[in-house]
Amino acid sequence: MSEDVWSAQDTSPPAIEAALRELEMRRAAEHAGYVPARVLNLVAIVDREWRGEIANRLDSVGRYHASRTVLCSVERGKRSLDATALLTYDREPAPGQVAVVRERVEIRMGPERLAGLATIVDAVILSEVITVVWSPHGHDDAVDALLGLAHVVLTDSVVEPDPHAALARVARLRDSAYVVDLAWLRSTPWRERVAATFDPPQWRGELRRIARLTVRHSPDSVAAALLFCGWLSSRLGWDPGSMVARNEFLEGRARGRRQEVKLRLEPVRQDVPGLAGVTIETADGMSISLDRGPGGLAARRRDPRGEEYAWTLLGASRGESGILGEGVRQALLRDPTYGPALDCAREMVG
Amino acid sequence: MATATATAPENPLVEGLERLPVHPTTLVIFGATGDLAHRKLLPAIYNLGHEGQLPERFNLVGVSRREKEHEDFIGEMRESIERFSRTSPKPEVIDALLSRARYVPGVFDDPQVYQQLEQVLAAYDDEAGITFNRVFYLSTAPEFFPVIVKALGESKLASCEGAETRVVVEKPFGYDLASARKLNDAVLSVFDERQVFRIDHYLGKETVQNIMAFRFSNTMFEPVWNRNYIDHVQITAAEDIGIGSRAGYYDNAGALRDLVQNHMLQLMANVCMEPPISFSADQVRDEKVKVIQAIRAPTVEEVPQMAVRGQYAAGREAGEEVPGYLQEEGVPADSKTETYAALRLEVSNWRWAGVPFYLRTGKRLARKVTEIAVELKPVPHLAFQAQGSLGVQPNQLVLTVQPDEGVSLSLGAKIPGARMRIRPVNMEFHYGTTFLSQSPEAYERLIMDAMRGDATLFTRNDEVDGLWRVIDPILTAWEQDRGDVAQYPAGGAGPALADELLAREGRTWRPL
Repeated sequence: MSEDVWSAQDTSPPAIEAALRELEMRRAAEHAGYVPARVLNLVAIVDREWRGEIANRLDSVGRYHASRTVLCSVERGKRSLDATALLTYDREPAPGQVAVVRERVEIRMGPERLAGLATIVDAVILSEVITVVWSPHGHDDAVDALLGLAHVVLTDSVVEPDPHAALARVARLRDSAYVVDLAWLRSTPWRERVAATFDPPQWRGELRRIARLTVRHSPDSVAAALLFCGWLSSRLGWDPGSMVARNEFLEGRARGRRQEVKLRLEPVRQDVPGLAGVTIETADGMSISLDRGPGGLAARRRDPRGEEYAWTLLGASRGESGILGEGVRQALLRDPTYGPALDCAREMVG
Repeated sequence: MATATATAPENPLVEGLERLPVHPTTLVIFGATGDLAHRKLLPAIYNLGHEGQLPERFNLVGVSRREKEHEDFIGEMRESIERFSRTSPKPEVIDALLSRARYVPGVFDDPQVYQQLEQVLAAYDDEAGITFNRVFYLSTAPEFFPVIVKALGESKLASCEGAETRVVVEKPFGYDLASARKLNDAVLSVFDERQVFRIDHYLGKETVQNIMAFRFSNTMFEPVWNRNYIDHVQITAAEDIGIGSRAGYYDNAGALRDLVQNHMLQLMANVCMEPPISFSADQVRDEKVKVIQAIRAPTVEEVPQMAVRGQYAAGREAGEEVPGYLQEEGVPADSKTETYAALRLEVSNWRWAGVPFYLRTGKRLARKVTEIAVELKPVPHLAFQAQGSLGVQPNQLVLTVQPDEGVSLSLGAKIPGARMRIRPVNMEFHYGTTFLSQSPEAYERLIMDAMRGDATLFTRNDEVDGLWRVIDPILTAWEQDRGDVAQYPAGGAGPALADELLAREGRTWRPL
């Protein structure tokens, strides 16, 4: 990868924007095949001491890079506004081809500036594409300050330890912007596989007879498990009640169209955030379980006669960088099922 | 065959999912040890598995003439996946995929092969307690297509109670009109048309699909997309490489069969078709067939006036000396097979009457590019002419299929300065700069579509017939022509005769 770099101390947003333009003009003058990407802005607010880790995550998102990334690096005690702008491109343009150029700006600032962050960022982002805001180290005040110019807020509702507060925060954000929740995206393969399991015509009717749902999850991912329960509740028309803690489990009930559905969330030790397993049981005695396994999800089905079948649902783990990349990609799409799932999940945490 | 889905309730869980469920499927590849299977099909299947897109339950059966142990087959599959997969393969995913694979050796006309295959398929069903859909993928030499289809019919494998059975037929579908019709008859004597998926992997390319999106989701182009505003259309599929090690196949096929009869005429159909009522398989293909049937097929006598062929001679490619076609290994010294073909076609309907379509394809040309260039008619009166506006050109809309997928529109713009001088400028859109995701491999898309039963991107029997109908007289004329095939230097723009095809109508090819 090659880079063109500009850097300045005690600078201003217009100066940063002008520097970016200058870098682009110089690159284009060198070869007309350099073409700037124009998909989306990603504004990330990070703590200075963890900026390297976040920069690495952003570098590892695979093919889902933002066109212009504005990294707002917050450093306690910093008075000046310092900035670095760089253009990156993976290759030189071959004859008759183009090389895509991406832009990254790092703006270093003190926390006092966060309340007025929009006045800094607004001058630096591309105006004709959508803007995604991501704040992996908290700084809710900074996110709130950017809601006027953010089209999408990228969040991770498992970061906040209290699931009630996490889901309430997401619900508030949804009033101002489209929310992409990494906790929700981690459950995508689970939702796809559960949907596929009940898709054969002879089994679709079983969805109306679900009597028990157990979700196993990483201890820090209660919100993810709630969202999964919320998804099934909203899709199947269940009316969920509040869950109560019983030892380390959360238990509750939902009123289904035909019968009551018992819900249970079980924390399970695992190295990664998100879900660990799902078991769905029907009133007829059919049971489907999905659990993490080598090469994909390990599936087990027990039919009402007690016969058991096991197989593997193929799929490679995307890893946390892959999840982040997926989050960037999802900023360009719209998922109509997250909002209803969130509403049901909030019912479960009272 | 009736399917259970007709009476089943909707699945409410699929709402909002990008990847819709596909019924559990067993994919049977005939020719599983061949080059296509190893380079394209197995890596594509792995990538689908890697990304969690394969059906919830999936089995793979390889059938091939080569006698080998199951373990050897698995080892070769693993090697191909590791070598050709576009994603970095994960050993645990490969293991999980290959644990569901079986190998059935034997010659394709041996009934025992099909008995053994039936046993393997039944064992999968019994083990799972469900009936898997069955997709038979014919990735063999074309002479085996009718043999396999017939054997599938005779062994009662062409249908299955409680599940769908489909057959995917690789290209080339026929060698000429007569052989294509014969093959269609053979396939349709065993399978219904809705079970048949004739592959043209070009149709699986994202940018080819985008031609329809571009035309039918933008108001601004459709009003000028007709004979009143379009002067002519050029479709180019140029390659900078030679035939490599494919002499055996290529010398029998030639450029016309290899690229024009299928890919390029399909591109032309996408450019010319009327808007379909919906994007269902038959609605789209109905519209394409109408256009294909409207392409005027030449008589054999007319061919010299509308078609040019050529063979690459020795020359230079990327600075290095390269041999001519006749010097390539495996090519007969007196071969008349064309490595270049250029055609002038017309579409006889209200929208396109009188608009020439120039198609050219060739190997060892100056550059690799596949594009459709639509040139609009010049403005009726040029007020700037008197002020030295020599740079004014008719608008050109160029849809680039590869390598840099995108759309470019040339416009006249004023050169800054005191005088009103105009020159063409380009307004460009590049996929790579505007979308985050890369296009999936065409084979991944098409394999999934076949498993899903969506035939939109596959060629229907009447399409195949129509495409060969256009090409057949040209093949006949060239076979009858005892003269030399025009030579063109490798690394150039093609034979001079191709330039004359346009020059006599006052036009020129776009530079490569």
